[in-house]
Amino acid sequence: MPILSPDVFIKQQVASVQEYSILAGRAIADIFTRPRYWADIFTQMDSIGVGSMPIIIMSGFFTGCVLALQSVTALQEFGAVSMTGSLVSLSMVKELGPVLTGLMVSGRNAAGMASELGSMKVTEQIDAMRALGTDPIRKLVTPRLIATVFMLFFLTIIADAAGIAGGALVAVNMLGLNASSYLHSSYSSLVHGDIVQGLTKPIFSGFIIATVGCFFGMRTTGGTQGVGRATTQAVVVSSVFIIIVDFIVTRLMIGIFGS
Amino acid sequence: MPEELSSPGSSSSTATADSSASDAPVVQFEDVSIGFGGKPVLQEISFSVERGQTLVLLGPAGCGKSVLLKLANGLLKPDSGTIRVFGEDIDKLRRRELYALRARIGMVFQESALFDSLNVEDNVAYRLHEELLPEAEAHTRVVEALQFVELEAAIDKFPSELSGGMRRRVSIARAIISHPDLILYDSPTGGLDPITSTTIIELVMKQRDVWHTTSLVVTHRLQDAFLLATNRFDPATGGMKPLPKDGPGGGIDEGTKFLLLNEGKIVFHGTTEELVHSDDPWVKRYLE
Repeated sequence: MPILSPDVFIKQQVASVQEYSILAGRAIADIFTRPRYWADIFTQMDSIGVGSMPIIIMSGFFTGCVLALQSVTALQEFGAVSMTGSLVSLSMVKELGPVLTGLMVSGRNAAGMASELGSMKVTEQIDAMRALGTDPIRKLVTPRLIATVFMLFFLTIIADAAGIAGGALVAVNMLGLNASSYLHSSYSSLVHGDIVQGLTKPIFSGFIIATVGCFFGMRTTGGTQGVGRATTQAVVVSSVFIIIVDFIVTRLMIGIFGS
Repeated sequence: MPEELSSPGSSSSTATADSSASDAPVVQFEDVSIGFGGKPVLQEISFSVERGQTLVLLGPAGCGKSVLLKLANGLLKPDSGTIRVFGEDIDKLRRRELYALRARIGMVFQESALFDSLNVEDNVAYRLHEELLPEAEAHTRVVEALQFVELEAAIDKFPSELSGGMRRRVSIARAIISHPDLILYDSPTGGLDPITSTTIIELVMKQRDVWHTTSLVVTHRLQDAFLLATNRFDPATGGMKPLPKDGPGGGIDEGTKFLLLNEGKIVFHGTTEELVHSDDPWVKRYLE
């Protein structure tokens, strides 16, 4: 890899941000104008949403299990083992559910988008699409954006539920807690602001996954090696963005709803 | 029908441009330059292609032939200069207008660029599906286009199941299905064996002589270029036939012109006769 001078490096980064902004802006604008590719939107929803269900359920469930196991040690010191349900549900709904789901879907789908679009780019299929009178942003990016934002919202709810169920399994079978008190504690500790916070994050994560995945795919150069590089970059950048945006949204929500 | 995907001449702006510019060249380059990474690829290119004309773009590998073709289709934007296609300055067109203009242009890519997740029928019918044509009508037109390239038996196959020559023929079928007013062929015979190359050139000739479509043909094979210039499609045999020496062009197709590029600059632009009698030392060396 050639070493770039600082000014060239900065110019390249600024150009990348500009290109990303244009792509994301156009993808959003295309939601509101025709034609809309409904078949592609439903195909992507199936691929992103239904296809990600097993990993989301598994990761959510076992995260809930681990949370319950880990928290009980600390809670025992304060004689507050009965609060396990509250801790698991709050952690899952406000933070772990949205972030874990975002990261898992990012690993699975941002990579998928970057490699699929990257392969199309290096084999001139995207140019062919443009030459045939089809806007590739409208046809390829917008359906993925709609599908990811929509499905990530519901995947997060599923991850939250799976996590609370996992916590319940550990709390009841391994820690000897009462199932009813665990679920009551889980439910009663959640307030409106927690739910809003937990369900606002996947909207941003979904946007990041789709736009970053498609951005790196659409700018792929350099054959199969370039496709591999684009895939890695898409996963790394989208994962880091998800965590940064998670922090910003959390701070914003605390500002709105209080802690 | 989607606004940006409307058929040729259906949008008011295109219709206006079409009527006002019916005598204007189909493609016109004026002092067009483009470079990548600070390196000039094409420098001050000026030429025009008249309606019904076939312009063969020749030149060594890497001289900017494919870039020129992509510029003509608006797939790349020039750094300077003006490109007019059907009388419209494509640099000034908005995104939707550019896509509408491209509906009048067919393009055959160097490596075919077929959609690998779609079968031959869906690849060829791609534009028709975008125009929301009824399935039965689209199927009929796909069969017609595949018959034109003599590949109707492969209608259900996927690109991965086809040979290089077959892919190129599917790519031609996809480009001609909407009967475009301009076809851009980017090295249609590149990487093919001589027999398959001749078959592809026959198809280019067939499109030229049957539909009289204006075309830009990029090639680095001189024999392909001269086949196009000295033969015509014979409907009786379904193959090509040398033009009669006592005909109007003296055995040369008058509508076929040549443009030679070297290091991003035009070194020759003219007829077949002018090309073979050129005194330019580089042209002479290239033809040898």
